[in-house]
Amino acid sequence: MNADRPAVGDRFRRFRAGRRAGEELAVPPAEFTSYYGRPILKPPVWTWEIAAYLFTGGLAAGSSLLAAGGQLTGRAEVRRAGRVAALAAVTASAGLLVKDLGRPERFHHMLRVAKPTSPMSVGTWILTAYGPAAGLAAIAEVAPLLPTRGPLGLVRRALPPVGRVAGLAAALTAPALGTYTAVLLADTAVPSWHEAYADLPFVFAGSALASGAGVGLLAVPPAQAGPARRMALAGAGLELVGAHRVENRLGLLGEPYRTGRPGRLLRAGRTLTVAGVAGAVLGRRSRLVSAVSGAALLAASVATRFGVFHAGVASARDPKYTVVPQRARLDRRAAEPGG
Amino acid sequence: MADRPHRPAAPPQSSLSAADPATAAGWVDAPPRMGFFTDTSVCIGCKACEVACKEWNGVPTSGLDLLGMSYDNTGALTANSWRHVAFVEQPRPAGHGTASFAGNPTGDSASAASAARSAGTAKPTGTEPGVLAGEPQAAARTTEFLGMPAAGPPGRTGSAEGRSDFRWLMMSDVCKHCTRAGCLDVCPTGALFRTEFGTVVVQEDICNGCGYCVSACPYGVIDRRVDDGRVWKCTLCYDRIGAGLTPACAQACPTESIQYGPLDELRERAAERVATLRERGEPQARLYGHDPHDGVGGDGAFFLLLDEPEVYGLPPDPQVTTRDLPAMWRRAGLAALAMTAVAVGAFLGGRR
Repeated sequence: MNADRPAVGDRFRRFRAGRRAGEELAVPPAEFTSYYGRPILKPPVWTWEIAAYLFTGGLAAGSSLLAAGGQLTGRAEVRRAGRVAALAAVTASAGLLVKDLGRPERFHHMLRVAKPTSPMSVGTWILTAYGPAAGLAAIAEVAPLLPTRGPLGLVRRALPPVGRVAGLAAALTAPALGTYTAVLLADTAVPSWHEAYADLPFVFAGSALASGAGVGLLAVPPAQAGPARRMALAGAGLELVGAHRVENRLGLLGEPYRTGRPGRLLRAGRTLTVAGVAGAVLGRRSRLVSAVSGAALLAASVATRFGVFHAGVASARDPKYTVVPQRARLDRRAAEPGG
Repeated sequence: MADRPHRPAAPPQSSLSAADPATAAGWVDAPPRMGFFTDTSVCIGCKACEVACKEWNGVPTSGLDLLGMSYDNTGALTANSWRHVAFVEQPRPAGHGTASFAGNPTGDSASAASAARSAGTAKPTGTEPGVLAGEPQAAARTTEFLGMPAAGPPGRTGSAEGRSDFRWLMMSDVCKHCTRAGCLDVCPTGALFRTEFGTVVVQEDICNGCGYCVSACPYGVIDRRVDDGRVWKCTLCYDRIGAGLTPACAQACPTESIQYGPLDELRERAAERVATLRERGEPQARLYGHDPHDGVGGDGAFFLLLDEPEVYGLPPDPQVTTRDLPAMWRRAGLAALAMTAVAVGAFLGGRR
């Protein structure tokens, strides 16, 4: 038996899962040592609220872009739907973020500092700029309901221009809101999030666009929904290409994105995205098909965000994803000349 | 006040590119950087450090949880355990690299089934995530488990059959107080700060429990306490060292496995100790976290190990996540531009 054992102090021991007879393994068996199989990293303490916020934040960003487009091209219904969805989504976002804190009553401590090294601090300030703008733009939509005379009549006349400025301000900050969350996840020691930093922003940007387009398809008659359809198509393309790269270019660290619950969620997201885009393009004359397609795009975005979230958690829980890539890095460095 | 270390109102927030982290954080007239050198070759696994730490810092109990894997029932560094004594049992020759039982009959003492069982944890420990259950598959493929420790050494079965050679490794783990500290970089409230001694400390009146530092730590040290909502970790006894005292764990250590002092001195002492051990026939002796050029700029608390870091539950090549942050922001900026372009194109590029 001792003859088969690795030598004293040998780095790796056998990964015994590879012993199942006759079964081909897609990934070569990983050999590594751990402390009784326990995780090295602490998995994120964030719960479903953060995964849900990834969706609502992206939805707000996509909706504000849609609303601004409607505003600038004279599509009143697109504008109205986008602004209302953006306010609802950003309100939900704030609630989810505060709820996830260990000490929710101290949420305002985020405003003590502005730290470029902390994506969460950057995100706090993005939300602080975006939230009021999106809120004002949505409130401006009630102007037609106000009386024409008296003090409220003044408000009725003042609101539309205020809403136009606020809507543009929200649209200017929206791309930052839609993409910083990718940096929020990547700027951690969580292996499958960190190593995906090059592609995650594109997944999230595409998902945000597709969900914003989903709002347009749901709420607007097909005749006005041309821009939403094109946004859905391009957003879905960004998201699918990005997700494909995340799943297939990271080697071992792509595995959590393909297997288990995160794998199922991401596959569901992909299916719903493709179905949503196909429905939006092929069913462009039907109000019902367009609306169902919009709903599919929203559901796709939820599934994708939860999939990415849970893939990271899974990668932090198994010491394999910490040890094997770091060992490979050390070996590469040792093989370099002069290293 | 002029003779005391102080710092201006708005110190730089990043710990990137910091040779002396206290000075880089804006401290003026900072004292020498203080740290721990934990020499695991003389650790006897008594856990006096764990107890002393809890006593001095008023850390709540973690509850009694028998993990069933070794003499280690603490399991990991958590919000309620700021020192953790790891205990590793290896069926391999100790010390001089010569198998004292060579040639004797030996049985396969490694039971994958019992190792898998040992990866579980019996009950909630009062911290979230607390002492995590291990991956049974990972435990089965990585541990060579000799059964529960009994009064006598394992492997001494009374008969030659089933006897095996083994060694015990013990290591008191602690927060590394990194030169480039990921937890400190990502903290959005400024609750985590760099002290004048170059250590990293949480201000409990500021922390709002966002949990970002928990995910940013490449060693899995800092942790959120579940009934409290804030994060907690080793302070290197900031209150004691400020008054010229030794941290509680180092004070309590009966074998001087935990040594406290100016980091420069500790590094010299550690280099000598490694050389001595190798001379005496312990070729596996190596330092961990001592190198100022590693992925975290060197640790304020570093170790002498007798096997690979991952055997003790340490990452083999930790890197501070914020090292890649500029590249991350560039990719996010590109994606944001793409987002804007898609929106503009969607409204301009079509008839309706």
